[in-house]
Amino acid sequence: MFAFIVRRVLQAIVVMGVIAFIGFSVQHSIGDPVRDMVGERVSLAEREAIRDQLGLNDPVPIQFGRFCWKALHGDLGISYFHKRPALDVILSKAPATLELVFGATVIILVFCFPVGIYTAIRPRAWLSRFVMAVSTVGVAVPVFLTAIVLIYIFGVELRWLPTYGRGETVALGGWDTGLLTADGLLHLILPSVALSSIMLPLYIRLIRSEMMEVLETEYIKFAWAKGLSRWRIWLLHAFKNTLLPVITVFGVEIGILFAFTLLTETVFQWQGMGFMFLEAVERSDTALLVAYLVVVGVMFVVINTLVDICYGLVNPMVRVAGNP
Amino acid sequence: MNAWRRLRKSYFLYSFRRDPVALASFAIFFFLVLVSLFAPVIAPHNPYDTSTIDVMDAEIPPAWMAGGDARFWLGTDIQGRDLYSTMLYGLRTSVAIGIGAVLFQGILGIVVGLTAGYAGGRVDSFLMRVADIQFSIPYLIVAIITSAIFQLAFGLGRFEQLAMPLLIVIIGISEWPKYARTVRASVLGEKQKEYVEAARVIGLNPARIMYRHILPNTLTPVLVISTIQVAQAVMSEAALSFLGLGMPVTKPSLGSLIKAGFQYVFSGSWWITTFPGMLLVTFTLVVILFGDWLRDVLNPKLYKG
Repeated sequence: MFAFIVRRVLQAIVVMGVIAFIGFSVQHSIGDPVRDMVGERVSLAEREAIRDQLGLNDPVPIQFGRFCWKALHGDLGISYFHKRPALDVILSKAPATLELVFGATVIILVFCFPVGIYTAIRPRAWLSRFVMAVSTVGVAVPVFLTAIVLIYIFGVELRWLPTYGRGETVALGGWDTGLLTADGLLHLILPSVALSSIMLPLYIRLIRSEMMEVLETEYIKFAWAKGLSRWRIWLLHAFKNTLLPVITVFGVEIGILFAFTLLTETVFQWQGMGFMFLEAVERSDTALLVAYLVVVGVMFVVINTLVDICYGLVNPMVRVAGNP
Repeated sequence: MNAWRRLRKSYFLYSFRRDPVALASFAIFFFLVLVSLFAPVIAPHNPYDTSTIDVMDAEIPPAWMAGGDARFWLGTDIQGRDLYSTMLYGLRTSVAIGIGAVLFQGILGIVVGLTAGYAGGRVDSFLMRVADIQFSIPYLIVAIITSAIFQLAFGLGRFEQLAMPLLIVIIGISEWPKYARTVRASVLGEKQKEYVEAARVIGLNPARIMYRHILPNTLTPVLVISTIQVAQAVMSEAALSFLGLGMPVTKPSLGSLIKAGFQYVFSGSWWITTFPGMLLVTFTLVVILFGDWLRDVLNPKLYKG
């Protein structure tokens, strides 16, 4: 087990190195920091002096080493537009994105289980057929269209819900939360619904198919024969055994939810990391873009490594067979 | 002739004819592909020909509504282009990018998967590690960051000029691990079989065994995922264009049309976004439905990843 963890962590370090190298080459090859710093009237000789001072004339490996060293200390450069360290900018936007993912997850969890169970135990009811038809179409509808339709219905026609921004937020020790004010919660509703529409159809279908498979097994038939109450069979016997594959998939797909926040944030002008990233691209803010790349890369590497290690703890086959 | 007779008697065609969903979705898919192929012939206006576009025609509602114009039966967009023609050209671009991207990622994934599966050992574990690592990051994130980097590297003007080939490369890069894993899984199964051993015994070189003997037997799962991947690629293109990282507004694709109309939905010009949106949903839906049917019929032991 120890060797497995060491191997996984080493692999994670290599991957982070690769991500850092991509970030470094982007920063190295796009844009000229000297031109950004000084005006037109600075002579070539002075520019050379600044380049020397900044270490831009050093060999590339040394520059890369310096880039990694600074990154390890949390210094990912300074955003041209915000005039603040890029990492600070990203971290100040992170709560908005995390709350959006959280809101969508809550909606998915609240709806996918009852609907999934219902469609599994009553597969022929018209309501189940309707849900399945809607979820089939739902897979094909991109999240930004759902979002536009939601805004049009609830924001423009009915005027029930706010459609852009985060509303009123409260600072909780560096974490700007919209979850504690009524206004912030109202602002969260439409974006979370839009974001959850990506995953909800998939989960309903997953739970339904897993549960229908379980309902066919011998032990369920035996439970019926014993004369247990139907709810006990459905919820305690059948549902419990559908949970394991569902949880496995959920862990993986939460990353996809994060990816789709970029689209949701754009439509709703939600001031999160994705919105900030797209602004950075528009403004050619290379430092912020590289910082985003590194932060997102590190985030996924850490999550995947932790998930792998947890799998290894639970399932010995992974650490023995999965690793030649 | 022989192949045709075999096809006519096959279970594949039998079940296709018996399944109304498969028939309908394939018919619509076929129709949309035809329409996009012949867009220049069918479309009454040419959205690339600026001399026929008049800004005075901008934001005309569909012909059946008050203020509609008989020349533009689905209305016009903000630049005064006929929406119907622009959508046809947009579909053409989207389908071309979708199919191009699938070809690109398919070739890349098949080469990597075949090499990894056939060579085994260190080559295999290295290539598959790379695929696994990329697979663990959502494809959309990879695509968005890649196109952002490309946009900065090429500069906006150059990126817009090259948007179509670049998008094919971007979407291809973001999705190849799926092919690599699928192909490798079936190569591992095929490698043990006797015909491969026989081919090796008569002294054929590895490349020939890989591409002429093993590859044809691994194509069924490739075909199945390819259908779904076309839908996925078209959706990725739309998402990237919507974020402003894909096709520019001057070159209509379904995504860039939706993006262009998005700001005008709330001032009442709903048709600019709605019709391209409906076309996009219809296209992806029929491709997904057809792909589902194909998977059920061919039922290959897909490597679930």
